[in-house]
Amino acid sequence: MSDQDVDRAAWQGRPVGRRTFLRGVAGVVGVASVPGLLAACSPAGTASGAPASSAPAGSSAAPASSSASPSGSATGTLNIGSNNSDPTPKKAMQAVVDAFTQETGIQVKLNTVDHGSFQDNLSQYLQGTPDDVITWFSGHRMRFFANQGLFTPIDDVWSTVGSNFGDAMKTAATNDDGKVYLIPFDTYAWTVYYRKSVWDAKGYTIPTTLDAFKQLAQKMKDDGLVPIGLGDKDGWPAQGHFDVIDLRENGYQYHIDLMNGKAKWTDPQVKQTFTVWKSLLPFYQEGAAGRKWQDAAAGLVQKTTGMMLQPQVGETFAAAGPDEFKDLTFFPWPNHGTKWDDEKSLDAPIDGFMLTAKSPTLSQNMDAAKAFLEFAATGKAQQIFVKEQAAFIGAAKDVDATQYTPLQQEQVKVLSDAKSVAQFLDRDTRSDFAGPQGMQAFLIDFLQKPDQDLDAYLKKIQDYYDSLGPEA
Amino acid sequence: MVEDADAAGDAARLGAPGADGVVRPRRRYHLLSRRDRVVLSLMVGIPLILDLALIWAPAAASFALSFTNWRGVEPITAKSVVGLQNYEQLFTGTYPFFWPAVSHNVVWLAFLMFVATPLGMLLAVLLDREIRGSRIYQTAFYLPVVLSLAVIGIIWQLQYSADNGFIDVALRALGVTNPPDWFGDQTTVLVAPLNLWAAMIAASWRHVGYVMILYLAGLKSVDPALRDAAKVDGASERQTFTAVVFPAMAPINVVVVVITTIEALRAFDIVYIINRGRNGLELLSTLIYNNSISESSRVGFGSAIAVVLLVVSLGPIIAFLVRIMRRDAS
Repeated sequence: MSDQDVDRAAWQGRPVGRRTFLRGVAGVVGVASVPGLLAACSPAGTASGAPASSAPAGSSAAPASSSASPSGSATGTLNIGSNNSDPTPKKAMQAVVDAFTQETGIQVKLNTVDHGSFQDNLSQYLQGTPDDVITWFSGHRMRFFANQGLFTPIDDVWSTVGSNFGDAMKTAATNDDGKVYLIPFDTYAWTVYYRKSVWDAKGYTIPTTLDAFKQLAQKMKDDGLVPIGLGDKDGWPAQGHFDVIDLRENGYQYHIDLMNGKAKWTDPQVKQTFTVWKSLLPFYQEGAAGRKWQDAAAGLVQKTTGMMLQPQVGETFAAAGPDEFKDLTFFPWPNHGTKWDDEKSLDAPIDGFMLTAKSPTLSQNMDAAKAFLEFAATGKAQQIFVKEQAAFIGAAKDVDATQYTPLQQEQVKVLSDAKSVAQFLDRDTRSDFAGPQGMQAFLIDFLQKPDQDLDAYLKKIQDYYDSLGPEA
Repeated sequence: MVEDADAAGDAARLGAPGADGVVRPRRRYHLLSRRDRVVLSLMVGIPLILDLALIWAPAAASFALSFTNWRGVEPITAKSVVGLQNYEQLFTGTYPFFWPAVSHNVVWLAFLMFVATPLGMLLAVLLDREIRGSRIYQTAFYLPVVLSLAVIGIIWQLQYSADNGFIDVALRALGVTNPPDWFGDQTTVLVAPLNLWAAMIAASWRHVGYVMILYLAGLKSVDPALRDAAKVDGASERQTFTAVVFPAMAPINVVVVVITTIEALRAFDIVYIINRGRNGLELLSTLIYNNSISESSRVGFGSAIAVVLLVVSLGPIIAFLVRIMRRDAS
């Protein structure tokens, strides 16, 4: 899959290719003879050292994108890089952009790249010629690139829109340097999903403690159901399981310290987390390492699986039909009987928009970019995005909750109950540690061999973390 | 043309007037005309420049980067240089995925060499007998070689998936209660994880067709007179093949061995589509990719693995070249 996608990404990721080419041509032909051509085709004032710098400055109204349709009331243009490549989010993203264009008259060139390729190539993309605004994640993933100077801080935008977000959102949008880099757009809570009809038929009730949870799982097993569905072929779903158990056992702050390397994987606290997890594994679906999460979700749809800790099942149920979707609901992970239960913390990854630093069109499009960020910070815009997407809710305060599905309303409630919100292991820690040769592999190793010597296992993880060296 | 040049050269050396009566300046004698030389230097120079720029320069850069902890983003400074630390982490096992990857590559090579390649040869010998429908079989066996990666991924997903794959569904229908998890189970079976066996079978599915086509071409090039002579001498079918036909195919054998080795060392695609090459499917190539190119951006560390793979690959390539050159010399 990736070769093609990378090629496409490389092509789409550089919308200035043709203009750069023209600049090059102009440099050969002699720039004085073709200022008109340059004014039409080159974003003024962006060419560093290229002959185009002699083009009339201040011609920011020049249509940078000649592929756009005749722009009636256009006051500017904007390039947005988007990783919303699956059909539903892609359509939703286009709807957001259309609404923005309708409201402001600013033409947007939406550059959608397969989300896997987008993620893998982000570092090169941000250093090359990125789009002005891109979709990206909060947490460590945001900080890593922001610390490299590859994103532009947006404190001025935040000063106008910040009041529309809660404290958890502000924390997630702020980097270590105290500056805001992200406009939170949508989020989703990692909770335990199940089918009401199955539970009603069997007389199951929501477990609020870990013991009740295990008893329920045992009952499901006796009833011939797979108690806890899991498909971890992609490596990340199991990370959500580790997170929530660690949050209950050791609390939010410890969990984040562990993710940041301040706490050690060899600590007794971590061993405790794995010990508790191990006690749950007899209720897990077998063969998780070879199963895609979509296949695990299919078990929930087909009523062979009792429950699943994974928010993406919403997509599966939405695709299965409105009746199936109405039958889907969830409960937050049960209490463990520790002092951290009151935090009610959980994983809720936040996606949002960020302003790149090296976009060649950024200085010209700055006003348009900021207008878009302000637009994205409104409940109205987020509503458009999450309307079709069963698994997501908007990140702003003024999203009209009455338009939500019951499932989305439940998500809002569980998130407002939480005192702290983690982003998900993959986003809270460094990406080289979280990836395929890293926590993805280590957690599957544990799932397959839960009886191994935990001390040796955790030492292996810590040794690997220590070997990674400074994160640039 | 060469003769003309000679004549002109002689004339020039003599300083004698030419046919037109003009005395030409002395010129050095050249075997090739100026035009020949220009053409030749272009023909040698352009590939040389491309070779240097696209192969040797990146290889040298990769070698240099392997002594740094560069992450692909920040400028390289003296602080980036970490000496042999990357190699140390590889060889001492601090990076726990390296030695499994090496052993998986070795198993992969052995499997292709001793199972898939002989199988391809066997198919070639069978199909060489002009049996009915030979063309159809050839096409069928060769088809996997031309299929795109995405299609191959889907095909093997349909075969191996534990929930709805053909193999496990068939096994369940036959009464097997807990059929294997082909993609995920990394329990060691014989010398390799179970899922690596599954991946190797998928890779062989492709490799067999490739080898078959090469041997079919090789068999066609064997002089039929040799077979007839063997027959006259009373050799059995098997003897004819092992003692006459197989040795006569020596050039093809070398090509096939080299291709098999290279295929095994650069194996990547199938394990990558299964699970990005982890949990039993680690190969040197996936480690390089996951470190250098993916989001984790450990370019320096990935380069060190690439250097190891390069050194390992040089072995068979040098052996191959030495053999070829020796033959040309004799």
